[in-house]
Amino acid sequence: FSEFDDAANLLAANPDATTISIDEPVEIPKSQHSHLQEPGREEDDELLGTDDSDKTELLAGQKKSAPFWTFEYYQTFFDVDTYQVLDRIKGSVFPVPGKNFVRLYIRSNPDLYGPFWICATLVFTIAVSGNLSNFFIHLGKPTYHYVPEFRKVSIAATTIYAYAWLVPLALWGFLMWRNSKVMNIVSYSFLEIVCVYGYSLFIYIPTAVLWIIPQQVVRWVLVVFSLCLSGSVLVMTFWPAVRDDNRRIAVATVATILLLHALLAVGCLAYFFDAPELDIPAPIIPTQNGTTVITKSH
Amino acid sequence: FPGLADVSISQDIPVEGEITVPVGSHSPDEDYSTLDEPVKDTIMRDLKAVGKKFVHVMYPKKSSALLRDWDLWGPLVLCVSLALMLQGGSADSKDDGGPQFAEVFVIIWFGAVVITLNSKLLGGTISFFQSLCVLGYCVMPLTVAMLVCRLVLLAGTGTVSFIVRLVVVGAMFAWSTLASTAFLADSQPPNRKALVVYPIFLFYFVISWMILTFTPQ
Repeated sequence: FSEFDDAANLLAANPDATTISIDEPVEIPKSQHSHLQEPGREEDDELLGTDDSDKTELLAGQKKSAPFWTFEYYQTFFDVDTYQVLDRIKGSVFPVPGKNFVRLYIRSNPDLYGPFWICATLVFTIAVSGNLSNFFIHLGKPTYHYVPEFRKVSIAATTIYAYAWLVPLALWGFLMWRNSKVMNIVSYSFLEIVCVYGYSLFIYIPTAVLWIIPQQVVRWVLVVFSLCLSGSVLVMTFWPAVRDDNRRIAVATVATILLLHALLAVGCLAYFFDAPELDIPAPIIPTQNGTTVITKSH
Repeated sequence: FPGLADVSISQDIPVEGEITVPVGSHSPDEDYSTLDEPVKDTIMRDLKAVGKKFVHVMYPKKSSALLRDWDLWGPLVLCVSLALMLQGGSADSKDDGGPQFAEVFVIIWFGAVVITLNSKLLGGTISFFQSLCVLGYCVMPLTVAMLVCRLVLLAGTGTVSFIVRLVVVGAMFAWSTLASTAFLADSQPPNRKALVVYPIFLFYFVISWMILTFTPQ
């Protein structure tokens, strides 16, 4: 049986080599080796919806190698093309049920361009729309004098940037803590969470523009609609990360995410946009006869 | 070399020149002559450079003069004059008025820095101060718009004046954005141009909004 000794020596030297023995009808199974190289690829594919997940994982490992005090390190966070940013925005506005935003669009290439500029646009959109809406609501009143309300820009900026950066930080910390207790299949890096939150805020930009319409019903319908869309993106992203955990904690986490998101929308609506007035009586004007006339605004 | 047999150097080609390095025949001050020139010349040279850049902004062509010799005098003058003209706005209370002087300054300079960082992070080849220079100089149409708005507001504050102001500010906003895009877009990789142009658009939109919403006392 010297052939077996030779084959065993060769195999010990190179365990991945496939060996075909012509004399024996049984060939050495090599499927175990190939399976080790691609663990769980099939189920990842369903979650990812892509075939080149392995390639992107490998590439991601090579990317961020510059030390954090060099400019090149931060350039890796802006390594996106125009069509990629547009795709991510599209994915946040039209959530596909069952597909995870992070895995489908971000794919280990989180960028800071989208979150930063979407937040900046949102800040100015809310400030400008709020100002315009107040102008149109109070137009025609004799006591109204237009003011630009520039101070609200800084308030809007603080609120929105704090939401877009502190909530992901808290969420990431919480998920890391739970990860140490319960083994989760899906875990996100801090930048991926920031990315999801940033892109999910995009729907609020057209919503803020439409909030100029001075009808309460329209405004609240818009709130609910945009909350559903961006909330569903967030839920579909974070549910896989917590579903292996204790049931109550998982539900509480997702509920908190949605609650904070709703609070942001409602808070912005309440603070920056005055309520459209419905038949609030104007100041009483004394007439010549001594009787007072109450004039109503429309 | 058979072909070279016919070549002959003519005897009457004059060869002249100086081989020795002249010592002391050039005064050393000629190389540093700007030190001795009158102050007026120095100031006029800088003023001419600034003025030439203003002309470049008014007629934006793809020239590299704006980029080569950058300076920040023009942006500083424009920023200060714009911030000064935005003062004196009406306010019932301090909190609801227009932007303060410091706020205008911060928005313009911080905004320009952020846009420059953004374009560099996306892989642009332009240098930091060149980009600041271009963005600052392209505020000039909006400063002109502010001047026009203040003059129009002296005449009246009705709907007609608002429409005139809207048209003027809109046109100047478009001019600023197109001018700065003409200078800056070439230094970007082609598949990221829109990513760089959009923040510039937002920047000038915010400045235009501040100008348009200015209401006098």
